Parts: sequence; C-alpha cells; structure tokens
Amino acid sequence: MGSVAELLAKRLVFGIATLWVISLLVFSAVNLLPGDLADAILGQGATPEAVAAFRAELGLDQPVASRYLNWVADILHGDLGRSLANDRPISELVAGRLANTVRLAILAAFIAIPAGVGLGILATVYRDRPFDRATTTASLIAISFPEFFTAYILVALFSVTLGWLPAVAIETRGGGWQQALREIALPALTLALAVVGYVLRMTRAAIVNVMAAPYIEMAQLKGASPLRIVTRHALPNALSPIINVVIINLAYLVVGVVVVEVVFVYPGLGQLLVDSVSKRDIPVVQACCIIFAATYVLLNLLADILSVLSNPRLRRPRQQV
Amino acid sequence: MIIDQVPQRIVPAPCNDEAPLLDMRGLRIEARSGEAWHVIVHGLDLTLRRGEVLGLIGESGAGKSTIGLAAMGHARPGCRFAGGSILFSGRDLLREPAAGRRALRGTRIAYVAQSAAAAFNPAHRLIDQVVETAVERGGRSRVDAMADAKDLFRRLSLPEPETIGLRYPHEVSGGQLQRVMTAMAMVCRPDLIIFDEPTTALDVTTQVEVLAAIRSVVEDFHTAALYITHDLAVVAQLAHRIMVLRHGRLVEEAPTRTMLEAPCEDYTRSLWAVRTLEKPAEPEAPCLLQMEQVGAAYGARRVLDDISIRIERGRTVAVVGESGSGKSTLARVITGLLPPVAGAIVFAGEPLPAQTQKRSKAQLRRIQMIYQSPDAALNPRHTVREVIGRPLEFYGGLKGREREVRTLALLDMIEMSATHLDRLPSELSGGQKQRICIARALAAEPELMICDEVTSALDQIVQAGILKLLRQLQTELSLSYLFITHDIATVKAIADRIVVMHRGKIVEQGDKREILAPPHPAYTELLLSSVPGLDPDWLTRLLAERERDGGTHATSWPDRLPKTGNRHV
Repeated sequence: MGSVAELLAKRLVFGIATLWVISLLVFSAVNLLPGDLADAILGQGATPEAVAAFRAELGLDQPVASRYLNWVADILHGDLGRSLANDRPISELVAGRLANTVRLAILAAFIAIPAGVGLGILATVYRDRPFDRATTTASLIAISFPEFFTAYILVALFSVTLGWLPAVAIETRGGGWQQALREIALPALTLALAVVGYVLRMTRAAIVNVMAAPYIEMAQLKGASPLRIVTRHALPNALSPIINVVIINLAYLVVGVVVVEVVFVYPGLGQLLVDSVSKRDIPVVQACCIIFAATYVLLNLLADILSVLSNPRLRRPRQQV
Repeated sequence: MIIDQVPQRIVPAPCNDEAPLLDMRGLRIEARSGEAWHVIVHGLDLTLRRGEVLGLIGESGAGKSTIGLAAMGHARPGCRFAGGSILFSGRDLLREPAAGRRALRGTRIAYVAQSAAAAFNPAHRLIDQVVETAVERGGRSRVDAMADAKDLFRRLSLPEPETIGLRYPHEVSGGQLQRVMTAMAMVCRPDLIIFDEPTTALDVTTQVEVLAAIRSVVEDFHTAALYITHDLAVVAQLAHRIMVLRHGRLVEEAPTRTMLEAPCEDYTRSLWAVRTLEKPAEPEAPCLLQMEQVGAAYGARRVLDDISIRIERGRTVAVVGESGSGKSTLARVITGLLPPVAGAIVFAGEPLPAQTQKRSKAQLRRIQMIYQSPDAALNPRHTVREVIGRPLEFYGGLKGREREVRTLALLDMIEMSATHLDRLPSELSGGQKQRICIARALAAEPELMICDEVTSALDQIVQAGILKLLRQLQTELSLSYLFITHDIATVKAIADRIVVMHRGKIVEQGDKREILAPPHPAYTELLLSSVPGLDPDWLTRLLAERERDGGTHATSWPDRLPKTGNRHV
C-alpha cells in the first residue's frame, strides 16, 4: 500500500503545482489586458485625481508581485475579492451561480454517463453488427453538432412545436422540484448530448482494445457468454481510460457550459463569466477562471486516484523490484 | 548413474471397441493473409479415446495450436473451418450452433494456455477465475466449488492451497500460475483438456514440477488430453500416443515408446536435433573480459554477490540457472545498465566504466546484446533495412550505397537475403526475427555478444539453426559470447565454459566437460537432472529418485526459490 500512497501524494503535489501555474497565468493575462482598469471604469471624463484615488483604492498603484501575493493570500482565506460592478463580495455572487451550474452538470451527467458507458458496452458486445454501427454513427453525429445548434433544435422541437418544456430557464421560485426539473431539462439534455458521444466512443474503444488480450480468448474457451466476456472480463481491465474520459467530461459539464447557459439564459457560472467580461469586472473574471481551473485539476486528481484503485497491479504491487 | 528397477508407469490401455471421445475427420482449416485464404490444416484425421493422452508435436507453424483449439470448436480471428467434421462424444462441433459449442467449453472440454501469466485476467483474484465456470454454468455453489478448487490446488502441490487463490495473477510465479490454470481446467471434471504448450515458457526445474502435477491429476481423474508441444521429451512423459505434424499435415503417428525407439521419418528425428549438437573442445585463448568480485543491488536488495568471471576471445561462457538466479542481472551489469556496487570489470585490458553514459562510443560498440524475445526487441514499424542500417550509421558512419552493401553482406551472414530488406518484423518468422537481431548486433562489429535466452522462445529445429549460425559466426569473426540460458542442451551445443548461478551467486564454474561430468554440487545436479530425457520413464524415475533422496523432492524445490528478476520468463 505504501507505493499507492506515494503515487497519490505525487499526483496531489502535481495538482497543486498546476493550480499555482494557472493562478499566475490568470493573473498575468488579466494584467496584460490593454488599458488601465481605473480609466476604463471611471470613463473619459474623470479627473486625474479621481483616477489616482481609485487606483489606490483598488491597489493598482502597488507593484505587480505584491498585488499577486495579496490576491493569492486572499483566495486562500476564502476571500475572492469584491465585484467592481456592484461592490458585492465575489464569493457571495459566485456561490449561488456555482450551485446552479453544478446542479445542471449533475443532471446532465446522470443522463449522459450511464447512457454512454452502457451503450458503449453493448456496442462491443454486438461489435461490427448493425447495433454497433448505428450507435457509433449516431454518437459521431452528436459530437459533430455544435452545442448551440443542438440547443436550438431541442428548443424548436420541445418548446416551439410540442410546447412541453420552457425555452428559457429563468429561475422561478416556489414551483416545486417538478417545475425546477422542467426548467433545466433542455439545457441538461443539450449538455448530455454533447457528452454522451465521447463517453460511448471511448468506452467502446477501451474495451475493444482489451478484447485482443489472451485472457479474453481464455474466457471464450471457458464458455463465457459474450455479455459476460465484455462486462466481467474486458470491462474491469478497460476502466482506467473510461474513468478518465468520464471525469474529463464531468469537468467539461461544469466548465464548458458557457454557450449552453447563454442560449437558455440559465443563471450559472458561465453566464456570470460572460457578463463580467462584458462589464470588465476583472476580479469576478479572475475568480471564475480560478474556480474552473480548480474544478479541472480536482476532477483529474480524482480520475488518477480511481484509476490506481481500479488496477490490482498498482493497488497491490509485488513486494520486490 | 545406475537406477535400480523402477516400476513402469501404468498405461491404461483405452479399449478399442468404445466410441472415440474426439473424432476429427478430414479437418480443413484456412487462414487469411491479406485478401486470400490459404489452407493451414490439410484434411487431418485425429481420434482420441476416453482417458487417453495424445501428444501433438511439430515445429512452429505446424498447426498444432490451431488443431487444439479446433477440438473446442474454436477458430482464432483470421482463421476459419473449411471442411471436415469434429465429433465430440458424437456431436459435430462444426455444425453445432454457437450456444451449443459454448455449453461444452469449460464444462466438458477445457483449455490450458501456454502463457498462464497472459491468460489469467489481471483484474480478478485467482480463485474467482478458477471457480467461474463451475459456479456460473456448472450449477455448483460457490462454497462447494471453492472447496474443490482448494483440493485441486493441494493435489497440484501448490503452496498455501487455502489462500493462494486470494492472490491476483501478478502476485504468483509462472510455474504456480500454470498449475492454478490446470486446476481451473479441472474444476468441472471435463472429459477432455487441451494443454497448449503449458511448460514451454518455464525453466527446467519448474517444468518438472508442472509436468508431474499435470500428469498426476490427468491420471487420477482419467481425463483425456491433447498435449501440444514442440518438445518431444516433454510429451513423452505424458502421452500414450504421439502425432508428429508439419505444415498442417500428419508426418507420422505411433504409440510413444514406438515413436521414440524407432521413428519412421527423418523429420521426427530432426525434432530433437538440438540435443545432438555439441561444440568440440577448443584451446585456451587470451582474455577479453574479466569480472572481479562484482556485486550489484536493486536499491537495498543485493542481487549479485562476489561474481568473478573470465571470458576469452572467440570463446563462449554459458551462464545457467533458473529464473531469478541473477543471470540477466549479470548481463545488465556488463552492459552498464545496472552499475555494480562492488568489484571491477576489465574489458580488453582496460577498466570498463560502470555506467553506460560514461562509456565511449567504441566501448559501447564492442559489447552488443541479443534478447530472448525478438518481438520485444524489434521496433514493429521498422523494416529490416532500418533495423540493420541504424547501427551501421551510428557506429560506422556508413551512408547511402555503402550502408546498403554492408546491410546485404550482414543479411548474407545470417543466411537471409535482399528479399527481406523491406519486410517488417510482423512479416518474418520467429527464427528470422532472431536472425535479424543477430545481424543488428553484428552491424556494430562487436567483440563480445551477450545472448540472453536467445533460443528459449524458439522451437527445437529453429534453435538448432540459430545455434549453428552463432557458432559459425564465432569461428569467422572470433566473437566471444556470454550465453545466458536455462537449457542444458543449448549449453552443450554452444559453450566452452559454464558458470552455474543460484540466488545471485556462482555455485560453480569451469570447463564444460568438467561441469557436466559428475560429481556435481546439489544445485547443479538439480538443474541437470531436470532436463527431460528422451525416455517415457524419465519423469517417473526422476520423481522416484527425488522421493528417495528426501530433501530435494521435485515439487518442493522451486517454491523455496525467490521469484524475482526475469520478467520475461
């Protein structure tokens, strides 16, 4: 077990280092933006004194290094700063939006991942048969459509033609969970369609890759049924790539929702990011970027851990060189 | 050594009036190459009675494994049945629907694969794999099947029969895995087991115990078996009858004793060709490489201790010992891949730097290495031209026309030709691939070649060819070989001196004739006595002898040895 702990510790250190590099990138990218923040906010009519005073208030008169250190120290204390647009604490602003985004991601994942993995397994059981061809072709089509296109198709179908579901997802209070579900059904479905194809194809590819192994022939010669060969003999050895693709797609569901949120006017983190960029609300943009990056890093760390735990050879290394 | 009367093994004579268990008639199997199908099994007839063990032998490509799998109604991808019938207790497997064939597999016909390490699923515990068929399809309870599996483990002399099943395949040695696989085949008490080269990948000492274990359970349960191998001596210990195959056709068929005493065909005799090779004695020569009290370690674990070896110019030193004895580690130390922690190596009169990085290009060039598995040692995407041309360019600075001429000359040396220049490794046979590896090493114009089990993966006829080639090259180019092997027949064929290793230490070393002549230290004796003799009573006699000697019981030795190092065995 010693080496597993070591392996995980190493991954954790890498994860933290990645986050640190990202924080540097985000900070310097924002600082490299042309124009002065204070100028931009106060407009052309502001007096030089007013601009200087505002710069001091924002801490912009301090050297870059100390501003970076202050920013990181604040984040580590859970303080993401204050919004320039409305002066509210960013953590407060972000919390509700993040919850919305995560809720949407979870629903999409609940549709996409079981469907993707399940269909991927079935596609290998019926490899090179009509079912396999149909699912792999369909998944390619789903991947190829841009999300906003899928979104509008779904809206045209379910909202305009059939009238079953609302076209926008503006939060209404007190509608009960059925109402809430109705509201996020279309964005969740759009996201699910974007993801399910990747999961399906990767699951199929990972299992097919294992199907050439001698132990699969052995399972055939033991008389195992095709379904059992795939689920019991091939799948456990294909888990690592499948876990990775599932997790990357989970991260995408949290991070990559910007377009979908905008299309459905869904009050999530992606909307907030887009709004803040247009308002030049730099601290909020920085905070969103860091949250997105942290989500990626943490989920990838989780994928690494699960991959190690799913492999007996890593979990129980031989007691020797 | 004179052995007093040993009772002959009782061969249950299968009665002839009984209907055969397995009856293949005019079996034709085709394999695809590109778009075309060509025949690889040409109308074979094969009959097996209940309780009978039939040996199938022949060189690689003879169609042995294909026939073995056909007995289960299985054709590998790229192969297909093209005619004939395979009757298993009266049912024609070729006309049976897939579900019907599947119902027989595992329950009535079982399979034991060559490489147990590859054939066990790495994701599951052994016991779960052993009882799978019995529980899923044999209608037995898990508890009952597990008790039975443990009983089989015990019969097969596996250590810790109660708990060994809880381990994963990577936690068990190759010889033990092979016995676990036999238990897996046996757990449903099938009528027929196909053994597909079950001991080929094992070293001699392990082979003996696996053979003994297989024979005892097959006889105890009166199970019929098809035993596939390229080693006649191995099959002679088990089979009642032997079929010799070549290119998918029967060469000859006879009861085991008749076959060994009076083979009808020259081809059959050539199957033990390698055993008849023997290198004549040569005079002493100047020293090329000298190791003085060398020690090496992986981390804190000492793997080589006090190794002193002398290799003369134009001579061969064979290093023998079983897996884990430190043979390959020795090669890694000489090549500089594993710098020694003690001692010194002198090469051609100069001290050799410990690490590869600190050696000059000339020093690197003068020591070359050939590995056991040419598949692993050759880049599958490089053609023969690139494989051989690369060291010519790297060490000799040859380009263009010059390089081409030299490549052709090297191909000529290894008895291959320009037609092979643009082939990929996948388009060559096992023996040809190993020849290409030899040519690649020769391209550097080395003085010392380290050959690590270079013939172990090849069948006997191909082995004999490679060994003759190496000997011829040695005479022509005055090459020195450090020849690592676990096979005594190979040692006889190529060595001048022998070094016997065990657990990282030298047990004894000396001139070949001295070492091979008794008396031997106990460990050398064990190694030598484990080489199967071409005599159907060899195993019976060996077991009886070891039983009588007490301590060195056949099935207790290798379990006590460390299972380390040699990942490829």
